[in-house]
Formats: sequence, C-alpha cells, structure tokens
Amino acid sequence: MNIEEKILRGDKRTCARLITMLESNDKEAIDIIKGHYKSTGNAYVIGITGPPGAGKSTLTDKLAKELLKQNKKIGIIAIDPTSPFSGGAILGDRIRMNDLSLNKNVFIRSMGTRGSLGGMSNATWGATKILDIFGYDYIFIETVGVGQSEVDIVKTADTVLMVMVPNLGDDIQAIKAGIMEIADVFAINKSDLDGADKTKVEVEMNLDLNEAMDYRPPVIKVSASKNEDIDILMEKLMEHRSYLEETNQLEENRVRNNKLELLKMVEEDLMTLILDRAVKDDLLDKLARDITLKEMDPYTAKETIIGLIKKSP
Amino acid sequence: MDRPIRVLVAKPGLDGHDRGAKVIARSLRDAGMEVIYTGLRQTPEQIVAAAIQEDVDVVALSILSGAHNHLFPKVVNLLREEGVDDMLIIGGGVIPEDDIGFLIESGIEAVFTPGTPTKDVVEFIRKNLKG
Repeated sequence: MNIEEKILRGDKRTCARLITMLESNDKEAIDIIKGHYKSTGNAYVIGITGPPGAGKSTLTDKLAKELLKQNKKIGIIAIDPTSPFSGGAILGDRIRMNDLSLNKNVFIRSMGTRGSLGGMSNATWGATKILDIFGYDYIFIETVGVGQSEVDIVKTADTVLMVMVPNLGDDIQAIKAGIMEIADVFAINKSDLDGADKTKVEVEMNLDLNEAMDYRPPVIKVSASKNEDIDILMEKLMEHRSYLEETNQLEENRVRNNKLELLKMVEEDLMTLILDRAVKDDLLDKLARDITLKEMDPYTAKETIIGLIKKSP
Repeated sequence: MDRPIRVLVAKPGLDGHDRGAKVIARSLRDAGMEVIYTGLRQTPEQIVAAAIQEDVDVVALSILSGAHNHLFPKVVNLLREEGVDDMLIIGGGVIPEDDIGFLIESGIEAVFTPGTPTKDVVEFIRKNLKG
C-alpha cells in the first residue's frame, strides 16, 4: 500500500510517523502537507490552555467524549515541557485520556516543546495540518501548563478555551495582560471547590471592563473529573464557532494566524541558517567570551553575526 | 539520531505501584529522551494503541504483579499483528530469574530487575535502537 492509500484509509501509524518526521523538519512530511494543503481547513481547532494542574487533560478527555457522541473524528495534540537542560521530557497527558486510546475515531499525540517558549512546540501547527489531512473533524491542542504570557495557542486555534481553577490568586490576576486576553471561552474547573464562584465573578468583572464587543467570552463552571456541565461548556464552544462562521471572522482570524505562522517559519529557518554558520566556527562561543571580557560590546557582536547572513549568496 | 529518542513507559495489568516506572521515566528524561507515561492499569491493547499513535522508538513495560509471562508476550504479539517491527521492547520489575529466558524468547529484548543501575537501561536503549 502506498502512502496516499494509507492517508485515504486514515492509517494511524502513517499519521504518527508523519508527525515524527515533521518534528524533525523532514522533507517528505513537508511534501505531503504541500501536496494535500488544498484539502485542509475542514478541521476545527480548539486550543485548551491554563495553569499546570488546572485539569486541561481531564477536560480535553471529557470534551472529546462529548464530540464522539456526534460521530466526529477527534485528534488531540497534548504538549508538555521539554527540559532546557537535558532535552528530555515527561509527556504525561495521556494518563487522563487512556480510555480514548482504543477508539478508532480518536488519535492522541504527545509532544515536547523542544525549546519553544510560547506553550506549544514548533511542529504543533504542522501536526494539526497532518491531522486535518487525515480527516479529523476536531483537533484539540492542549498547551503546556501556562503562567501569564504563553499566548502562542491563539495563533493556531480557532477557539481558545482557558481553563482556570479557584484560589490561584486575587482579583488583580484577572485584570493582568496576557493570557487572560486570548480566551474565547473560560472554564472554571473544579467547581466543587470553595472559591469557584468568586473566581467566576472576578473573570466576569474583568470582562465587564472590556470595550463593547459583539462576542463576550462566556464563563462556565465545570467539574471535569465528575463530568459535570461538560455539555454546557461544549455548547458554548460551538456557539463561538457559529459566531466566527456567521460573521466571517473565522477566515479573518485564519489569515491573521497564517501570517504569524509564516513569519515564525521564516524566523526559524533564518535562525538555523545564522546559527549554523556562527556555531560552525565556534564564533558564537568566541563572541560570548569577548563580550564577557569586554573585548567587544554586544551590539558589535550582533552586527558581526548579522553580517554573516548579509554576505551570504 | 538527531531527534530525542521517544519511549513509552507503560504498566500493563492490575498492579497499583509505579514508583519504579517513574524512576525509570525520570532517568530517561534526564538522558534526553521524550518519555510518554501512560499511567497504571493498562491493557496490552491500550499500550499498543499508544505506542503506535506516539510513534515511539522504545516500549518499556513495567510489572510487579507476577503476570509478566502472560502480559509481556501479549504486547509483543499485538505489536507484531499491527506490523510493528521497528520498536525496541524491554521489560522490568519484580521478575524471577527463571522467567527471563522465556520472556527473551517471546520478543522482550531485555529484562531489568530490581537493583539495575538506571544508566544501564539508558545505555541498552541507546545501543539497541531499531529505527
């Protein structure tokens, strides 16, 4: 069976292997995306973000089960942090999704961030395209546990779900810039804990301060582990989708996101190009030492590296 | 290999203890590998589905319950039925010396028992990758 037949049949091994290859920037995987790009865009991408331990994986599991009832095919990309020291990672999101593993309409893939800082990995965007090509109707991207500023998910997801839990901080946290601004839907998970109502009110009050908007992010209390109010949350996610589709905002958002992704891809390749040269001749190490010993200032060092690229053919 | 080695650490069967599996997972992480940990009480079918979707290079099975002679070969056979022949399959746990020969014959390429230095496991993986 050739690869095109395997794609048509939705062969999970092929899908998995292509994602591995893409993570290594393998040309064959990139060619597959190029060849099938016209048929992408059908998958709806839902980003799930929030602090570590908020219940993102458990909630993803429950939301996926909600969509399975509608006979949808679900792809899940679950991201956990890569060690900045060893390059290794513990990818543990599957633990909360084990009974989805065997469902023929579900594909779950864990990814390490591999040096990317925005809460995702560099290959995440490409992995969503591969799942899209394999016919998955909905793709959930679960980011690493985030703090305040890891907002990359907004560039890849059509709808961003922010999962919060009670008692993580006072009401000042809710008015800070960053992650609180990117959510389309808020879920206050662990709603059985004291403080869930207070957290909901704080988020609502912050939303009250926004300028008038056509769409106001709903704030829903849920309990993922007890499977409570997941259907209401799903309804709100679907309402956001309908809103985007009816107002043509979906396409506008995708244009904006593709622009950002394109810039990121160019940036990555340029960095590789520059670093290949700088690292090859130990230039980077030498410059770092020169800066430390004050034999060169950092700006001149930077210009030296940039000069390498400008000179190149 | 110019990418991190991917390892599935899985606990098949009814066995409520995973301290050993977590120690191994942590050591492999520190050796620069991406470790997908599935948690406790997995069926061989679930382990095989995870191994395929995660496209791992290594499947590391841990068992303390005594059911290794049944569950380890089952994982190997299910992987073979799926046409997987490029994953290194290893096992560990409380496994009697007398059973190791049978497990090796069944397709488990190495069995690590209590007291094994974690660096031995790391080295074995690095030297025996199939991909």
